[in-house]
Amino acid sequence: MNEFVRGLKRGFPICLGYIPVSFTFGLIAVKMGFTPLQATVISLTNMASAGQFAGIRLIEGGAPYIELIVTTFVINLRYFLMSLSLSQKVSPELPFYKRAIMAYCITDEVFALAAMEPEEVSFPFFGGLMTTPILGWTTGTLLGAIASNLLSPMLQGCMGIALYCMFIAIIIPPARKSRKVALAVVIAAALSCIFKYVPGINTLSKVGGGGWAIITAAILGAAICATIKEVKRRRKAAAAAIAIERRDA
Amino acid sequence: MNYLYVCMFLMFLTTYLIRVIPIGFVRRKMENLWIQDFIYYIPFCVLSAMTFPDVLYSTTATGVEPHISVSAVVATAVAIIMAWRKRGLVLVAIVAVLVAIAVELIMPVLF
Repeated sequence: MNEFVRGLKRGFPICLGYIPVSFTFGLIAVKMGFTPLQATVISLTNMASAGQFAGIRLIEGGAPYIELIVTTFVINLRYFLMSLSLSQKVSPELPFYKRAIMAYCITDEVFALAAMEPEEVSFPFFGGLMTTPILGWTTGTLLGAIASNLLSPMLQGCMGIALYCMFIAIIIPPARKSRKVALAVVIAAALSCIFKYVPGINTLSKVGGGGWAIITAAILGAAICATIKEVKRRRKAAAAAIAIERRDA
Repeated sequence: MNYLYVCMFLMFLTTYLIRVIPIGFVRRKMENLWIQDFIYYIPFCVLSAMTFPDVLYSTTATGVEPHISVSAVVATAVAIIMAWRKRGLVLVAIVAVLVAIAVELIMPVLF
């Protein structure tokens, strides 16, 4: 129970951060012709910001099912990586149904906080962590859908930065503490920019709503950092081996 | 009408399957150090790649083609400084939104 409460407390800032973003989603969905209830159901069943925005755009345009599936898949593929990462942070004995419940709420922010946990992530903790963000995401959508037309387009636009600034607030403090993390952040950001701006390569950011570009940048960035560490580890091992040889000789 | 509900279901199914397959079925702790490091760096890399450079386009008014705007650049800089000083998520997000709004309001007056 203690763990659940700790999760609730940790998750509450995410809930607050979700309200403006989901509010914007509700607003846009209604403008596209969805009812407030439909918009809220989409939020409740998806818990995915970029995926939902892209999804309603496609549905509004009457896209074929396969296009909807592929786009949703690509934009949300990062959750696969997060879920894989989380699989290493839960107890191997954790039963499937608990994993299935946790999986539902692997969002960028919830995952980020769970990943920053120094210890194993318990089911009650994650349950607490996901509770208020789910409430915030759905009620925010409903409020936005109802309040549609009350906000000026400028204000709506400005609220779009909230989500990104939460990401910044999540990654900068650990990057300040660890040079390796800082390097990972810089490499991933640089790759992401390359995929967006360098002619020829930037076609990557134009398909699948930018999903491919993000995934490729993240995988490449993490692979580069892991390889740098591997090289250092081997050098250290080699140096240690030489030292032992010298000592023995 | 049916089209809409089939679409909503497909969105849910696709998103959920992506999330449930790894955590639901990977039970073994990975032994390989490279893979452990890779997984350690993934969250930072995903969040960073999602944020940059898209954050600079994120204050574009609804209904307008996304473009880099002064308000987003200023608000991002403020957010980075605040995050560097270890301010909380919500505070950083709220201040950034307010800064963006302030810049959007001031810009037309100045130019």
